[in-house]
Amino acid sequence: MGIQGRVMNRINYIFNQKKDILNVYFTAGYPTFDDTIRVAGSLQDAGADMLEIGIPFSDPLADGPTIQESSSKAIENGMTIHKLFHELKDLRKHVELPVLMMGYLNPIIRYGISEFCEACQRVGIDGLIVPDLPIQEYLDDYREVFMEHELHNIFLISPNTSEERICQIDEWSDGFIYMVSSSSITGAKKGLESRQLDYFNRIDKMNLKNARLIGFGISDHASFSKACEYAHGAIIGSAFINQLKNDASQEAIKNFIKSIKN
Amino acid sequence: MKYQVDDKGYYGKFGGAYIPEMLYPNIEELRLSYLSIIDSDEFKNEFEELLKNFVGRPTPLYSAQRLSEKYQTKIFLKREDLCHTGAHKVNNTIGQILLAKRLGKEKIIAETGAGQHGVATAAVCALMGMECVVYMGEVDMNRQKPNVERMKILGAKVRPAKSGSKTLKDATNEAMRHWINNPVETHYIIGSVVGPHPYPDMVARFQSVISAEIQIQLQEQEGKNAPDHIIACVGGGSNAAGAFYHFLDNNDTNLIAAEAAGLGVSTGRSAATTQLGKSGVLHGSKTLLMQTDDGQVAEPYSISAGLDYPGIGPMHAHLFDTGRAEFFDVTDEEAMQAGIELSKLEGIIPAIETSHALAIFGKRRFGNEEVVVLNLSGRGDKDLETYIKQGKY
Repeated sequence: MGIQGRVMNRINYIFNQKKDILNVYFTAGYPTFDDTIRVAGSLQDAGADMLEIGIPFSDPLADGPTIQESSSKAIENGMTIHKLFHELKDLRKHVELPVLMMGYLNPIIRYGISEFCEACQRVGIDGLIVPDLPIQEYLDDYREVFMEHELHNIFLISPNTSEERICQIDEWSDGFIYMVSSSSITGAKKGLESRQLDYFNRIDKMNLKNARLIGFGISDHASFSKACEYAHGAIIGSAFINQLKNDASQEAIKNFIKSIKN
Repeated sequence: MKYQVDDKGYYGKFGGAYIPEMLYPNIEELRLSYLSIIDSDEFKNEFEELLKNFVGRPTPLYSAQRLSEKYQTKIFLKREDLCHTGAHKVNNTIGQILLAKRLGKEKIIAETGAGQHGVATAAVCALMGMECVVYMGEVDMNRQKPNVERMKILGAKVRPAKSGSKTLKDATNEAMRHWINNPVETHYIIGSVVGPHPYPDMVARFQSVISAEIQIQLQEQEGKNAPDHIIACVGGGSNAAGAFYHFLDNNDTNLIAAEAAGLGVSTGRSAATTQLGKSGVLHGSKTLLMQTDDGQVAEPYSISAGLDYPGIGPMHAHLFDTGRAEFFDVTDEEAMQAGIELSKLEGIIPAIETSHALAIFGKRRFGNEEVVVLNLSGRGDKDLETYIKQGKY
């Protein structure tokens, strides 16, 4: 139990319970319209620790070709936020893991910020990643309603983020900090180079209050376990989308997660 | 200062800097330094020298007699089409490349729709010996071929944007992704009054030379320093921002914007953002945005590549929202006719973007004694193929 008698958010709970967290991103409505719950369930069965469901957007600015393509395909498949919430209404009958939603701001604004947060809470979403929502706008206009619906907002930091800003982000984060491994869009680079490890080290030594997950460029067992040496785990996105593109069967998902976790 | 950007980077409820954290250091660096750099005497001297000797400023304010006679009003054309590289775009690229140099940047990226901004960027990069990559939608590369070749001759790399509608919006996405991947050495020269704060304000300031000159030239020619009306076309809105700038807070000057209706506002093939858009976030700012009910950005359409954009600069969204500016939508056909009319009456073939502004004369009456300034933002050389295909001349 957390403060004020609330049940601890699943995100905080998992970081208390486990290390080397594997968070897996996948796009809602991909590869086919009603795959969302099935993929989520398969990931849980396969041993993923946290899930990040991407809301498809026509103009995903921070994403590379792989996630762009999955996003366009999902839109083509007819996925919308309304339909996604409908699809997720029984999420918590199938999935116990912490679940985040990742989406760009425009579709969320169109849906309605309060309505969106309310729906997230209703279906059992634990946190949000909105890459084009800056911290100041979050604090001014969004934080209150996110908190009202018990949604953790996850901020990103990159190798170019100043220490001062990292401290500010640490202060306003609750859940974990998403460490972008290099200056890049998603899926742009493979593997981790020594200067990235220097950056991981630098952040590790800052003694932040929040846990950290490393994302962007994590694609296999080697990069996953390297990331786990410097943070509380890692996030895999594009590599998993590529897997879904080739083979989205339960067996294939199981083998993919096994290959990452070993 | 009601219509200028506020301390937080907003024009009323529009603007801001909605960018991924990866770009925060770049945008913050710009935000903290742009005003002190562009207000310094050293910067101003170099900027003005290049505007004079490289661009050919001041551009004439031309009293268009035959056009005035036809529409029974006093029409002046601000001849931005006579700028080096063929449009007003170069005013901004010179300003930004001088700024980029002072920030220690070595490489330049840009997006382009019609190719005018791309050419203007490629030209200043050649001038300064800087590496230049321009993103252009694949569709636009096909309809504005001469500009693609001009950029290449000037030494720029032109990369096709192949996602979405393959036009300006997608070229902007690709340029922003490139910047995320290369944030340290690269400056992104945005070509319009769009993007995260401080871009809209920065670009408007560089383009404000247009209205500064209009004030002086109108004083010389008409004995007053403000027109009754000023007309400009709006895609993102940089030429309009420049032409309106010094008149924004002068309510005696009526501001008129022409948007591209494409085949017609209700046909589903249009780019008339204020008619079709709702508040949203794209390319780093909150603004009016053409979008579906689910918040997916709509694919716009206009015959004019430079107006083929689903958004509008936040300053213009605010001018629309407050009723400060009148907005008209102009179809492809109306624009083509207006372009040919100007060619026949005044001996000037305008860019098709500009032709949208010219079509206002067929849609709205002006008083006999009223002074109307129209910002002739670009020349039609790049559009010859479209004139040949579509124009009834």
